[in-house]
Amino acid sequence: MLKIENLSVSHGAIRALHEISFNVEKGQLAAVIGANGAGKTTLLRTLSGLNKASHGLAQWNDHNILHAKPEALVRHGISHVSEGKSVIPELTVSENLELGALWRRNKKEAAKSKQEVVELFPRLGERLSQRADSLSGGERQMLAIGRSIMSKPELLLLDEPSLGLAPLVIEQIFQAIRDLTTAMGLTVLLVEQNAMGALKIADIGIVLNLGSIAATGSATALRDDPAVRAAYLGF
Amino acid sequence: MFNFINTLLIGITAGSIYSLMAIAIVLVWRSTRVVNFAAGGLALASSFVGAAVLETTGSFWVALPLAMIAGALFSAFIEYFFLRPLLKRSGGKGEEIFLPIIATLGLLGIIKAILNYIYGDRVGSLPPPLSDKGFIVSGQSIALSPMRILILGTVLVLMAFLTLIFQRTNLGLSLRASSFAPEISRLAGIRVDLIRTVGWAISGAAGATAGILQTTNGSGSIAPESFEFSLLLVFGFVAAVIGGIESLIGAVVGGLTLGIVLAIILMYVGGSLVFFAAFLILILVLLLRPHGIIGVKGGRRA
Amino acid sequence: MHKLQITNKHRFIGFALIGLVVYILSDVVDEWRSFQGATIAVYIVAIASVILLTGYSGQISLGHGALLAVGAYSAALTQIYFHVPIWVCFAAAVLVTALFGAILGAAAARLSGPYLAGTTLALAVGLPSIANQFSILGGEQGISFDAGWPPLSFGDSFTQYKWFFWIASLAALIAMWWVQNILRSRYGRTWRAVKTNEVAAEIAGINIGRSKVLAFTVSAGLAGLAGALLAMTMNNVSPSAFPLALSFSIATGAVLSGVNTLGGVMIGSVALVAIPEIASLISDRWSSSENLATILPEFIVNALLILTVFLAPKGPIEKLRSRHSK
Repeated sequence: MLKIENLSVSHGAIRALHEISFNVEKGQLAAVIGANGAGKTTLLRTLSGLNKASHGLAQWNDHNILHAKPEALVRHGISHVSEGKSVIPELTVSENLELGALWRRNKKEAAKSKQEVVELFPRLGERLSQRADSLSGGERQMLAIGRSIMSKPELLLLDEPSLGLAPLVIEQIFQAIRDLTTAMGLTVLLVEQNAMGALKIADIGIVLNLGSIAATGSATALRDDPAVRAAYLGF
Repeated sequence: MFNFINTLLIGITAGSIYSLMAIAIVLVWRSTRVVNFAAGGLALASSFVGAAVLETTGSFWVALPLAMIAGALFSAFIEYFFLRPLLKRSGGKGEEIFLPIIATLGLLGIIKAILNYIYGDRVGSLPPPLSDKGFIVSGQSIALSPMRILILGTVLVLMAFLTLIFQRTNLGLSLRASSFAPEISRLAGIRVDLIRTVGWAISGAAGATAGILQTTNGSGSIAPESFEFSLLLVFGFVAAVIGGIESLIGAVVGGLTLGIVLAIILMYVGGSLVFFAAFLILILVLLLRPHGIIGVKGGRRA
Repeated sequence: MHKLQITNKHRFIGFALIGLVVYILSDVVDEWRSFQGATIAVYIVAIASVILLTGYSGQISLGHGALLAVGAYSAALTQIYFHVPIWVCFAAAVLVTALFGAILGAAAARLSGPYLAGTTLALAVGLPSIANQFSILGGEQGISFDAGWPPLSFGDSFTQYKWFFWIASLAALIAMWWVQNILRSRYGRTWRAVKTNEVAAEIAGINIGRSKVLAFTVSAGLAGLAGALLAMTMNNVSPSAFPLALSFSIATGAVLSGVNTLGGVMIGSVALVAIPEIASLISDRWSSSENLATILPEFIVNALLILTVFLAPKGPIEKLRSRHSK
């Protein structure tokens, strides 16, 4: 379970997150929505070790995860796909994938993971030896997600996977995310500007506004909530 | 005709040594975004180690690897104790590049001062292990000697080795990934800090080899204020810039280009213009390709 | 604390006061100190030129030694071939080097970081050695530069080195006054803007290339002056006076002073001149090892450099300021 208690993060003098508290049960897909600058990316970056928290508590499976190095957290099953299609363009698709599994001792299991990724995203399988910069936007996002799967994640942090993608591709990606959450029993924090798409596949939702939690609840409840609809769903 | 071939051979030999030094500089640049002037000092120190080993064991073939190991250790030491704290502190635009560069210059000065103190007037001796008498071809001695072949061979082997590591091993993948995109690599579980130290270690070993080869190709003796080492440092850096400081291939291309052109100038124009010629080559290349011959616009992304 | 409004008039008075101090000093110090004083003045101008180029305009130079050489040779040649008063020689040095700087700046405007560093490094090593090749430049021996003797009206006790000290200090004062003005002007602001964020500056309508070349030109002119002054103090110009180490020293002096602000320029200059002397005092006291004596200055300077980079990267003055305001 992911437990967040009174988490606060500051960028210099600016409070990015203010006393955030929420829980995500194992196996749940939580959508984190909110306007730009609400602190969604900061939240993920703090949980993955890229940013430092000012105070508060964050636990994954009763492990304290604040103030740890990102590389260490990966070994505890936390995988963060950062904003902007975090693939390395100069490396091939295959190398990008293998990157995620380099830390794993068991090479056989790593190879199995690669199989799973290729099954989930066949397009990647076709392009294994191509450089990542020859991929389309959607394919890059698949690659980024694929690489995080290679890290044997238990908690998956996804930062705006739909950014800059065509609607059809977005649907595919979201479906893939839903599928692999269920298939692998992952716990997922899905940060999205595309609130509708995120809430459609999520179990629960968290609404952030200016660094604080504005609302939480089941995804369906939030979808029906008039205030949320007005602010984030556009109708 | 012979003259020209000889000039080429001399140039390629010298150039390949500059390439090694350039590789040392490029490795550090790519992994840390710092121009490591201290690399010259480390090469010097490692060469002294080599000379000492040679004196004790009498074998060049033991001295070279040990010097490389020394170079690797020195370099890793510097990365860990000097660079890491330095990078934590330097911030702000503009100073980003300047301060670390000037800090490595300061380090170079300190290394030289220490070596001067330890060795003073004494000189380390690294005579070439193989004959440097040229082979005789149709009655004329050409500039290809066993020693030259050794130098060229060593550089070739090292480059092949490095390419192998970088392209085909997990370590190489980590090295490449960490230098292209450190943040993404961290999120993939790569111990980027450790990898960076390894990168510096490899750089140190390359520099040590360059230092030893430069000495054996030259006067055979090392002194802290040795002209050959100033040459190595300056030309190594210039070679890296000519080739494009973002790529290892660039380092090789830059080194060979510099070596050959300088040899030609040396032969046909005269000695004292060599340095100015180096400057001209550099500025000409950069005018046409501001990022070096193999100009990769490169740079890191998160 | 109520911030004083420091106007230009205040600054002018400040400079005049410094001039007065120098004048008084020159009466009480001996030959050696006069020479050192002149050298300090040389460094002040040289370091200011680096601060302008690197601290304000954000272009790194490891090759200012070469620019000093250009200035020095220009001054000397002007004197030999045109027999003009020394001030004209200085002016010639400034102009020629500025022109050189403009050309160099134009070539270098597109270069960034390590490429620029490499170019200036190659320049520092390559340029002075040209003199060896051309006899008109005096080859290895160099050519002499005679700054002449003080006017008889100054009296018997006014030695030549005092004269040098006066000239150098006056030149340095004028130069610093001028630099400080230009850094506060629109040009200085433009340089800063480009250094901070090139893209934003361009959007704001600044011509990046022109701004960079201008910075190079002005910086070179200053360096040329420093070189001419150096030639004066040494009575001679030769390639060996402009080794790579000179460029490094100047860059070091700039960092010790605080490469971002002009205010600390004295710190670096005095340090560069004082350290060798302090070092020899130390090594005399401590041990008779000749080795120590030789290497100590280099060691101390570089150690100070590293300490400054670590502890006060924006320079000691900024460090004190930020301490105060906390």
